[in-house]
Amino acid sequence: MKGYKIIVLAKQVPDTRNVGKDAMKADGTVNRAALPAIFNPEDLNALEQALRIKDDFPGTTVTILTMGPGRAAEIIREGMFRGADDGILLTDRAFAGSDTLATSYAISQALKKIDYDIIIAGRQAIDGDTAQVGPQVAEKLNLPQVTYVEGIRQIEKGRIILKRRLERGVETVSCPIPMVMTVNASAPACRARNAKLLMKYKHAKTITELQNADEDYLHLYNNRPFLNIREWTVNDIESNPAELGLAGSPTKVKKIENVVLQAKEAKVLTSSDNDIEQLMKELFESHTIG
Amino acid sequence: MNNIFVYCEIEDSQVAEVSQELLTKGRSLANELNCKLEAIVIGNKLEGIEKQILPYGVDILYTADDERLYPYRTEPHTAVVVKLFEEQKPQIALLGATSIGRDLGPRVSSALHSGLTADCTSLLIGSHEDKKQGKKYENLLYQIRPAFGGNIIATIINPDCRPQMATVREGVMKKSVLDTKYKGQVVKLDVGKYVEDDDFAVEIIERHMEKSKVNIKGAPIVVSGGYGMGSKENFQLLYELADVLGGEVGASRAAVDAGYVDHERQVGQTGVTVRPKLYIACGISGQVQHRAGMEESAQIIAINTDPEAPINSIADFVITGNVAEVIPKMIKYYRTNTK
Repeated sequence: MKGYKIIVLAKQVPDTRNVGKDAMKADGTVNRAALPAIFNPEDLNALEQALRIKDDFPGTTVTILTMGPGRAAEIIREGMFRGADDGILLTDRAFAGSDTLATSYAISQALKKIDYDIIIAGRQAIDGDTAQVGPQVAEKLNLPQVTYVEGIRQIEKGRIILKRRLERGVETVSCPIPMVMTVNASAPACRARNAKLLMKYKHAKTITELQNADEDYLHLYNNRPFLNIREWTVNDIESNPAELGLAGSPTKVKKIENVVLQAKEAKVLTSSDNDIEQLMKELFESHTIG
Repeated sequence: MNNIFVYCEIEDSQVAEVSQELLTKGRSLANELNCKLEAIVIGNKLEGIEKQILPYGVDILYTADDERLYPYRTEPHTAVVVKLFEEQKPQIALLGATSIGRDLGPRVSSALHSGLTADCTSLLIGSHEDKKQGKKYENLLYQIRPAFGGNIIATIINPDCRPQMATVREGVMKKSVLDTKYKGQVVKLDVGKYVEDDDFAVEIIERHMEKSKVNIKGAPIVVSGGYGMGSKENFQLLYELADVLGGEVGASRAAVDAGYVDHERQVGQTGVTVRPKLYIACGISGQVQHRAGMEESAQIIAINTDPEAPINSIADFVITGNVAEVIPKMIKYYRTNTK
C-alpha cells in the first residue's frame, strides 16, 4: 500500500481566549504583542485526523502548510513533534493584509505545486472565527469539501467516509478523494508531543531561521535533510499579484473600534443575606420573577 | 438586477428561523436602497413554499426544486447560487451563519471573488471614501462584527466586489412579516441548467437531525455560567436556580470550550442571542462577543468575584461575591417566599 499524501492547513494565532489584564494597554486596547502565539486549536484536531490516517495506512505522509510571518515556523515544528513529516511555510510581504479570499488564493496556488490526496484544515481560527478558508480553498481547487468533520469512518476505493457534526444533528457522508475536509473542535484532541520526535526535529529550521543559527550546528542541515523546513515566498508559487494581499482582498476594514466599556448605573451588592434578600424582593416587586 | 438576495434554508418543509429574520432585515435594507428583495430556496417538494416567504416583502422568489437538492449538499447548492448570482448580479447577499450558510457562503464567495463577512451582529448602509485612490462610494453595506477575541468591533466593507456577502447568526435580527398578502413573483429555475452530475459526487449515507433540546432563546429567565464557575459540577447550581425560577441555563464560550456545558447553550456572537426579562451572569467576565448575545436582556444581574469584570458595566445589579455562596441564598429566599 502506498498510503496517502495529506496536507494539513494550519495557522498560528494569537491566543485570544486568554486576554488577561496584562495584555491590556493603559488606554484599554489590546496589546497584541503580549498575547502568546499558539497553534490554532481546531488545526490541532485536524492534525490528529491526519495522524490517524498515517497510523492506519503505512506510507502516508503528513505535511503542514501554513501562511504567516517567519515565526509561524514554530507550529510546523510543533506538528513535527507530534508526528507530521514535514512542513511548508508560505511567507512574504506580498501576502500581508490578506482577507480570507486572498489567503485561500495564496494557499491554493501553493497546493498546486505539491501532490495531495486529502487536505485537512481546522474548521476555523480563533482570531477571526470565519470558517472560510477551508471551503474557499476547496472551491479554488475544484475539490469536493466536507465541513465540521468529527471522525473518519473508512477510506476505501478512492472514497472517504466521514462523520459530520451539524448544529442540530449528525451526518455520515461519502466523498471521493482528492478532497478537502475541515475538522471540528468536537473531534478527538491531538496527541501529545513524542519525545523521540522532539529530539529528532528540535533543530528543524527554515532558511531564514538558519541564518541566525549557531554555526556549530550548520553541518547538520546537509546531513539531515529532514531538518530543513521549506520556506516559500511569492516567487515559489505562480500567482497574479492582483489577487494577493491587500489588493486581492475584496473585504476592507473601514473602522476598528476598541471596546470601551461605558458603565451604566448599577446597584452594587455583596453576598450578604441582607443584600440578596433586598435583591430578590425587588425582583418580585417588578414581577421579573415569581 | 443589483437587488438584495437572501438564501433561505429549509428543514422539514419549513423555512428556517434565521432565514425569516434575514428576509426581514433584507426588506428594510431594500427599502433604504430603493431596490427589490429577492430570495432563493433550493430543495425538494417546494410547492407552496412561497406562502412562507413572500409575506416578508419578497419581490421575486427563485425556487430550485429537485429530489437531489434535499438534504443540503455543498456542491449542487453552490452551483445553483453561483450561476443565479452571475445572472442576477445582486449587490447584497445574506445567509444564515448556520452549518449550511457557513459551508455554502465561502464556497460561493470564492467562486465569485466577492467579499464575505462572517457572523455579523449589525448591518447598516453607509458611504465610504478611499482617499488614496480618490474614490467615493455610496450605499455600501457596513458589516459590523466583533473580532480579535471580542476586544474590537470591526466595520467591514466590500467597496468593489459584488455581491457584498454576510452571514448572520440566528436570533441576532428580529423577524416580522410585512404583509401576508404581499404580491411577489415566483420563478421556477430549470435545475438541469444549473447543476451537473459531478456536483453530486458527495453522498449522504446517514442523517440524524434532532430538534434542539434546550430552548434558551425562548426562556424568560436565563441563568448563565462562565469560565469562573470552575467546573462542570459547579454548573449544577445554575441548573437548580434555573429550575426554581422557571428559566434555562446558558453559558459563555469559555465555559463551553472548557467542557462545562454543551455548545447548544452558548450565548453570544458564535452562539445564541437571547433577550430574556432576566439574565443572571455567573462567573462570566463579559467579553464583547458574549455581551452581543445578551445585552438586550431587560434586566441583568452579574455575580462575580472580580469587581472590575467587564460584565458589570452593563448589569443592573452587580453582586461582588462567590456564586456558590450567592445562588443557594437566592434559591432559599425564592422557595420560602413563594409557598
